[in-house]
Amino acid sequence: MTVEAGVSVAKRVVGGSFLLEDLTPDDVFTPEDLSEEQRQVASTATSFAEEKILAQAEAIEEKDFAVTRELMRELGELGLLGVDVPEEYGGLAMDKITSAIVADNLSVSGGFSVTLGAHCTIGTMPLVWYGTHEQKAKYLPKLASGEWIAAYALSESSAGSDAMNIRTRAKLSEDGKHYVLNGEKMWISNAGFADLFTVFAKIDGEQFSAFLIERGTPGLSVGAEEHKLGIRGSSTCPLVLEDCRVPVENLLGTAGKGHHIAFNILNVGRYKLAAGTLGGMRFAFRNGVRYAKERVAFGKPIATFGLIQEKIADSAAAIYATESAVYRVVGAIDAALADLNHDSATYAQDVQKRIEEFAVECSILKVLGSEALERVADHALQIHGGYGYVEEYPAERSYRDSRINRIFEGTNEINRLIATGFMIKRAVAGTLPLMPAIKKVMDEVMAGPGERVSYDGPMAAERALLASAKKLALFTSGAASQRFGNDLGEQQEVMGALADILIETLTMESCILRAEKQRKANAPGVKLAKYYAMRAFRVIETAAERVLGAVAEGDMLRTQMTIFRRLAKHEPANAVILGREIAAAMVEAGRYRI
Amino acid sequence: MKIIVAIKQVPERDARIRIDSGNKWIDLEDVEFSMNESDAYALEEALQLKEAHGGEVIVVSAGPERAGKTIREALAKGADRAIHLQSSDETELAAYDALGVARLLAASIQDEKADLVLTGLQSDDLGLGQTGVILAELLGLPHASLILKIEVAGNGLKVLRELEDGWFQHIELATPAVLTIQSGNTKLRYATLMGIKKAKTKEVRVIAVADLVASDPSLKPTAPSVVLDQVKLPHKQRSTQLLGGSPAEAAAALVEKLQFEVRVI
Repeated sequence: MTVEAGVSVAKRVVGGSFLLEDLTPDDVFTPEDLSEEQRQVASTATSFAEEKILAQAEAIEEKDFAVTRELMRELGELGLLGVDVPEEYGGLAMDKITSAIVADNLSVSGGFSVTLGAHCTIGTMPLVWYGTHEQKAKYLPKLASGEWIAAYALSESSAGSDAMNIRTRAKLSEDGKHYVLNGEKMWISNAGFADLFTVFAKIDGEQFSAFLIERGTPGLSVGAEEHKLGIRGSSTCPLVLEDCRVPVENLLGTAGKGHHIAFNILNVGRYKLAAGTLGGMRFAFRNGVRYAKERVAFGKPIATFGLIQEKIADSAAAIYATESAVYRVVGAIDAALADLNHDSATYAQDVQKRIEEFAVECSILKVLGSEALERVADHALQIHGGYGYVEEYPAERSYRDSRINRIFEGTNEINRLIATGFMIKRAVAGTLPLMPAIKKVMDEVMAGPGERVSYDGPMAAERALLASAKKLALFTSGAASQRFGNDLGEQQEVMGALADILIETLTMESCILRAEKQRKANAPGVKLAKYYAMRAFRVIETAAERVLGAVAEGDMLRTQMTIFRRLAKHEPANAVILGREIAAAMVEAGRYRI
Repeated sequence: MKIIVAIKQVPERDARIRIDSGNKWIDLEDVEFSMNESDAYALEEALQLKEAHGGEVIVVSAGPERAGKTIREALAKGADRAIHLQSSDETELAAYDALGVARLLAASIQDEKADLVLTGLQSDDLGLGQTGVILAELLGLPHASLILKIEVAGNGLKVLRELEDGWFQHIELATPAVLTIQSGNTKLRYATLMGIKKAKTKEVRVIAVADLVASDPSLKPTAPSVVLDQVKLPHKQRSTQLLGGSPAEAAAALVEKLQFEVRVI
């Protein structure tokens, strides 16, 4: 397996270290750093999305799966389904940035993106990472070419977020040649037409394991299509396994170790989902902006009105911020994978371990991307007024399609708990020196008001906000740990608020570093980064207050609020003027353009 | 068949266009570039001919270092190798008119002895529509312009040429020849990921304009026959015209306007 040499331009940072490290712009990967080759891949994906997927949007939406399969086959021919597949099995084995670019730029139809994501990520990656040579040789070339479509079957009617609780059972047949599976699966994307299913079941009710099951295997039946709020172009059905006999050679990975597959795949699923939300956001945004330019009210295009411009600016900043965070994290993952030996027998495990190191960031991206998409889609609909509420305009579909992203690949509630929970786990285990950092901030704030650090450059004010955000993150984490100790994990609302602080700190920093990397005070990104930083800080303030209110009372609370106010002290920039300027540039372009 | 395709890198269609301070050209800062549209169709024709009849496709492009991106895009789509006639900066080629550029191109591809040279009909930036035709003259080859379709017939070619008002002309001509290609008759392929990966290993011969001129002083820029005096953005204006008469008369007037004024039907 070969990976492009020299694609990594980011510093090798430790996963989860963003609260501790102060990075320079050159340490991070930004969308502006895409290599020429990566830009070409983006161009192929964008053209395909515009000319092929959008052209078939109606047929896709009406579940004309022949169209979907044909598009998948064409994508396979172009190599777009094989980015993460090793070359010896018909793939291209390209870097993770390229993989994110494909998910990003192909996303113009929520339904089709789900088909694509289910196939390429959760459908194909288990096989890439855990398959034997025989399994990979048999199935991967067909999946990479789009001849076969893959699905991933983990959830059940009573096991979703608590995936380990599945009831599907597997039992080795008496002759030892088959596993016999019984149970049911729910919400299986691609089930209606998939050729290969990765199905999770417990052997003898105990050993959590994964199996590769081909369509048509006796005992496997696919139920009726669900009637969904959105992503109607995708197939979602239940599966029923009734004495389904699966050859023993189709056990994927080791019996009893299926949870490794389930969890490790999800990290990739999460950053790829976030990458996919970018395409969805740009699409919804473009429709909103175009409508705002055309629609005249009170004798003027509505794009000239401040409250419409505010929605345009907020959306553009959300796209910029998500781009910044996604490409920064995926760039960091590529940098972490860069020195692995592809010929090593443990390569697949090594890759997963390195990606797992970024589990906090992957969860953050998932929440960030899904909620940013929802906001952008909501703004686009609102700009359309009544026309946004009817099917004739694409805003309605974007709005409905966006909603699922907060649910699958781990609900945003689960992902918030993971983000904070993993961070605390690492702090306790000492794998990340968070405890000393918290102690330092606590000592500092207890010592009273110190001298404020001043920053230079076009992002000086935002740098100051970022420094405050990091301190607030450490301060509130410290306060919450002191109050709840080992029980903090049970305080979900506090964990959620801490996650909000983590999410916005990482994102704000990614925006600032990206804008600074453009090295031009008038670069379009500078305004977007400033705009987003203001919003991020408001979210952080609100979340910090929520944490402090829950962990202290009386004098203690008063002291902590004094510290909070000192840390959060800043003068607001003029978001109104900035928003108008951002909106004007986007309206001129008629789309998201920086 | 050995086919040479001349391609030009031009500002992207929806690039943010600003006039530079000298009013002589656009400000190239922050402008994204892409392959000239009709050149992309020329490349597509060449690749299809190669797929059907075998041979080699070589792209040639004159431009600064940034044009390398467009060259590699052509290689990713399937061209076998490339010649980059590289100018040292953004201004070196501006001293040449269409004749001068065609001379440089001719000098750089002369030794290839290609069976067919294709160019786009015209560039999307300057739109002179002359380079291909002059190139034919300089290479001493027959040419045909506005070509929509190329077929191999016997030892030569059968081509379809677009005339005005929906008329077409079928022409047979011998090779070697030069054809300038009209956009829109076929579907452009996408670069495959495998093509993109392989493009890096393909040969790009870089010829510096200065070196070419040093080897043949007749290629030095002479006083250009055409000078770009001033560029300006089109004045945006909106006007509404009410078509009177009966509905039938208004419809007829509308059709005429759409057909001959706006030329959209």
